Formats: sequence, C-alpha cells, structure tokens
Amino acid sequence: MPNKTFFWFFLPTGLAMILFIGLPIISTGIQSFYAQHDQVVKEVKKCDPFGCTVSIVVDNEATTKIREAKPLGKFNGFGTYIDRNHLATEEIKKFWNETETFGEFVDQVTNLPFYKALIFTLTYCIFVTPNVLLLGFIIALSLNAISRKIRGPLIFGTILPMIVTPLVGSLVLFWMIDSQGIIGANIQNLMDDPYLSLKSSKTLTWITIIIYGIWHHSPFAFVVFYAALQTVPQEPIEAAIIDGASRFQRIKHIVLPHIYPVVTFVALISLMDNFRVFEPIIGFSAEGSAQSLSWLIYDNLVNEEVILFGSAAATSMMTIIGIAILLAPVLVRTWKEFKTAR
Amino acid sequence: MDYGLDKKSNTLKTFNTIFIISWLLVACFPFIWTFWGSFKVRADFFSRSDWWYAISAFNTLIETGEKFTTNAYNEAWFEGEFWKASKNTIIVTVFVVSISLFLGTLGAYALSRSTEKYAFWILMAALIFRAMPHITLVSGYLFPFFELQIWGILPTTIVVLVAINQPFTLWLLYSFFKTIPKELDESALIDGCSYFQAFRHIIMPVMWPGVITAGLFSLMLAYNDFTVTALLLNQENHTMVPKIQSYLGTNQHEGNLMWAVSAVVSATAPLFMLVMFFQRQVISGLTTGAVKG
Repeated sequence: MPNKTFFWFFLPTGLAMILFIGLPIISTGIQSFYAQHDQVVKEVKKCDPFGCTVSIVVDNEATTKIREAKPLGKFNGFGTYIDRNHLATEEIKKFWNETETFGEFVDQVTNLPFYKALIFTLTYCIFVTPNVLLLGFIIALSLNAISRKIRGPLIFGTILPMIVTPLVGSLVLFWMIDSQGIIGANIQNLMDDPYLSLKSSKTLTWITIIIYGIWHHSPFAFVVFYAALQTVPQEPIEAAIIDGASRFQRIKHIVLPHIYPVVTFVALISLMDNFRVFEPIIGFSAEGSAQSLSWLIYDNLVNEEVILFGSAAATSMMTIIGIAILLAPVLVRTWKEFKTAR
Repeated sequence: MDYGLDKKSNTLKTFNTIFIISWLLVACFPFIWTFWGSFKVRADFFSRSDWWYAISAFNTLIETGEKFTTNAYNEAWFEGEFWKASKNTIIVTVFVVSISLFLGTLGAYALSRSTEKYAFWILMAALIFRAMPHITLVSGYLFPFFELQIWGILPTTIVVLVAINQPFTLWLLYSFFKTIPKELDESALIDGCSYFQAFRHIIMPVMWPGVITAGLFSLMLAYNDFTVTALLLNQENHTMVPKIQSYLGTNQHEGNLMWAVSAVVSATAPLFMLVMFFQRQVISGLTTGAVKG
C-alpha cells in the first residue's frame, strides 16, 4: 500500500491514539514536576487592651488568586518523586541510620505509602499470575475431556467471572464473604468466633483479594489454553500412548511444549492486567489494609480539598516505568525477531 | 481430544466431573446468589442474626408480606436514578462501539496491507499503549480537561474510551484482515479501483465476522469501564458502574446497599445475555492474538 494511502487510512485512529494516549503520558510527565501551591499565609496583628498578638492565618483570597494564575502549581522538579509519599529518600536514609536491625528497617520502609502499595501490587502479581496459569490450564484440560455436546454451556459458565467488570465481580464476592453474608457468617459459626471478619485482618484481606484475582483472571487463561489444546496434533500423542507414556508424561512432553508460546502470551497479558489492580480494592472496601499503585493515583485524584495532580502524576510515571520493566523482555525479543526477519 | 487409544479410567472420569462441577459452582454461584438476594430485603440478604434468612425470607415476609420483593429495583431505578445511569451507559456504549469500529477497521486494514517497516512499529506502539494502566492516562487527562472546561460531559468520555480502545481493536482486526486473502483486493486494484473503493466493495462485505468480534470487545470495555467514567464524568452523567459505587458510599441509608445489589444485577444481566448469544465470537476474539502467534 502506498504511503499516502496508508496515511489517510490510518490518520483517524492514529490521531485518536496520539491525542488521547500519547499526549496524556506527556502531560502526566509534565505534571509530575509540579506541585500544588502552598496556602498563602499572612500575619494578622491583633491588639486589645492587654497588648498585641500576632497570629498566622490562611489568606484565602491570595491563595485562590495564585491557584488561578498558575493552575499547574509551582515547579517542583524531582521534589515530588522523592517526597515522603513517593520514593521517600530522606526517610529511608533516616531509617537506615536510626534502626538497629535490618528487619526493623524493612518494617519502617514498608510502612511508607509508596512502598506499601508497591509491595501489595507485586505480591498480588506474584501470587495471582502463576495460579491463573495453573488453574486455567487445569480447567482447559478438564473441560477438554468432557463430551462435546455439553461443552457450550460449561464454557459459558466458566467465563462468567471474566466478563463482569472487576468492581462488580469483587462486590458480588464481598457480599458473600462479608460477616453478614452467607460464607462469612458460616465461617464465623464454624470457627466459633463472632468477631472474625475480613476487615479485621490484613492477611485475610490480602488473601481474599488474591483469591478474587485468580477467580477473575483464570477464565481468560482457560479460554486461550482451551483454544490452543484444540490445535495439539494427535499423532505424537497416539505414538506416546503406544509407547506407554502416562497421562502426566504426555502432558509434560507433548502438550505443554506445543502450547508454550501461548503460555508466555497469557502470562504477559495477565501480568500486565494484574499490575494495574485497583477496582477490587474499592469493591472489597479494603483501602485500610491493601493499597496498590493504581489505587494511590486514584486516591490522589479524588482528594476532597485540592486534587493532587503532581503527586498522582509522579506515581503514574513510576507505574509506567514498572510496566516498561515488565514489558522489556517481550519488546527486546520481538525486536530481535524483527531484525533477524529482515 | 477424543483419542481412540486413550482409555480414561473411571476414577479419572469421576474426578474430572467433580472438579468441573466444583469449579462451575465457584464461578457461577456468586452471581446466582446475588440474583436471588436482590429480591430480598436487606435484613435478609445481609442478615446479622442468621444467614438462613436469605433463603427463608424471614424479614422479607414481615416487611412486605411476600417472599420476593422488587422494592430494591424500584427504589434504585427511580429514587436512585439508575435509569439515568443506564441511559448514559447506552449512549456511551453505542457511540464508543460505532466510532472505534469505524476508526479501527480503516486503520487495521491499512496495517494489514502495508509491507513497510513502520507498520510493525505502529503495532508495537499499540501494544505498549495497550499495557498502560487506564488510571495513569486519566491522571494525564484531568488537568487539561479542567482547563479546557470539557470535563464531566459524555462526549469527552466517549472520545477517551474510543482512544483507549483503539490498540486492542487494531490488533484484533489486524489479525483478522490478515486472514482475508490479499489477492481479493489486489485484483480489484488491477481492475482500476482505488484502495478506498477496494475496501468499500471487496473488504466490507466479508469483514463482518471480525467486526462483530471487535465490536463485542469495544462494547465490554465501554460498558464495564470504571476508571475513566468515574473520574471524567460528573455525578449527573455517571454511567452504571460508577453509579453502583456511589450507592456503596452512602451506607447510612438503610436501603442503599440493596440498591447496589439490584443495580449490580441490572447491569450484569444484559451483559450475560449478550455473551450467551455471541459466545463463539468472544472466544475467537480472545484467542486470535494468542494462537496465531
């Protein structure tokens, strides 16, 4: 296709992507170097018969004025990146000097908002992704062994958790495991502990969100693996059966190598999706004990007083860097393939 | 995999059946339970004293005189203005689907017929864009949108959702157009058609299976979106998902939690129906990228 024709065909979608995906990333980058204005304070001298006192009050008028004149805020350089709510370099240095054991130091650091969120996000990814692959694969194998006639409805049932939005999915589960819901109440009875509830324990909350993640993402892995299983050639498997290979050996040596490229694909997509975990935290009302990077950004953006654009943007930029690190191996591999293809 | 040679033992068959049944229970029961509970009063579905009330409808009988009540639906849809949210969702979904299919088919067709290097780089860029968490994009939008005073209205959200949706649509339709033989439109070009005419008369009649799949995914994205709609729309223009969240925030009102329950059922039911009808397309869409490479 000639370049000119290509240009006109591609222009609308290219424009949409540049304007609303490319530019916002740049806009986020710029915003991350600015911070909201401090409130302008003025000294008010108050005199009464007993003498004069000087008090400091917020000058609302001047504050509004400066906010209107420079809505982006004041230039802050990398200040936002290293402040207490982000990388917290100062605090870490302080903790390093003040704490005695390494454990104590780690404890202190992981209490900082950014590191807390990073650790939750990574824990979520580490536990959800492999389990999603495993459960998805087992369901695919299992459904594949069932009579073709009834597979349709079974597949429909299997993919339900995936097609609802994460907020709805987590709410539906939350209402069941809440202390007043069917599962929560029964666990309370079973353990004979009327105070046992999701909100009372950080570990329980994390486990619940991770289980939710596996429940929500496994259908995707299932669908892809199921489709891949249909393409596995029969002859090598029949040969393996004649040679006396066990079922497990057949899966390990024939089926898995065949669908290996698909496994990397699913792992990548699922890792990318898990890294942005955010809605389940709202659905499970777990803000207290579980915060993710995306949730931090959301929290800054719905701030009551002033929207913390700079803070949200700095966290966003670091999230994007995180995504880039996750994507790097794939991009490098694709680039190598592309180079050899030439 | 029905191998003539592969004899499954009965134990394995039983084990397999049990596994599938328990998985389906895990996957579907929460939805069935929520659907059932949405016809009860709050004191039954979120029972402090006895969870069995949700089944026996103890309080629902006392409060309404019937075993099932549609009170939660009536209140959420009218008092809670869920009808407005669903109207907004319909507007957003219809526009997002039609615009992103229009842009996506043109762009993906061009990509699939281009042999230049930049087509590859564009596809890579689209992959990176696909990986961007939506919330980071939203943090980029908010400030400019406030300044331009286009925050809070439906058209802005529609355009943003179309753009966010483009990378996936492009990839999906790109791999679909690759399966349409090049010779088909090349012969039209030789006959003197322009590329646009070839697209219009040769490709358009055969592209519908791919377009339906891409449309379904655009629809699910627009329908299910929370991040963009919650932050870029004002209260008045909220779509269903942010509306459901707003019912959660006001826990003081006794009925509100049941509003959320009935709203969740109302929002999920159409989606399930749709997927039931188009199951094959959904599955083919999810696997195009993966299986073909």
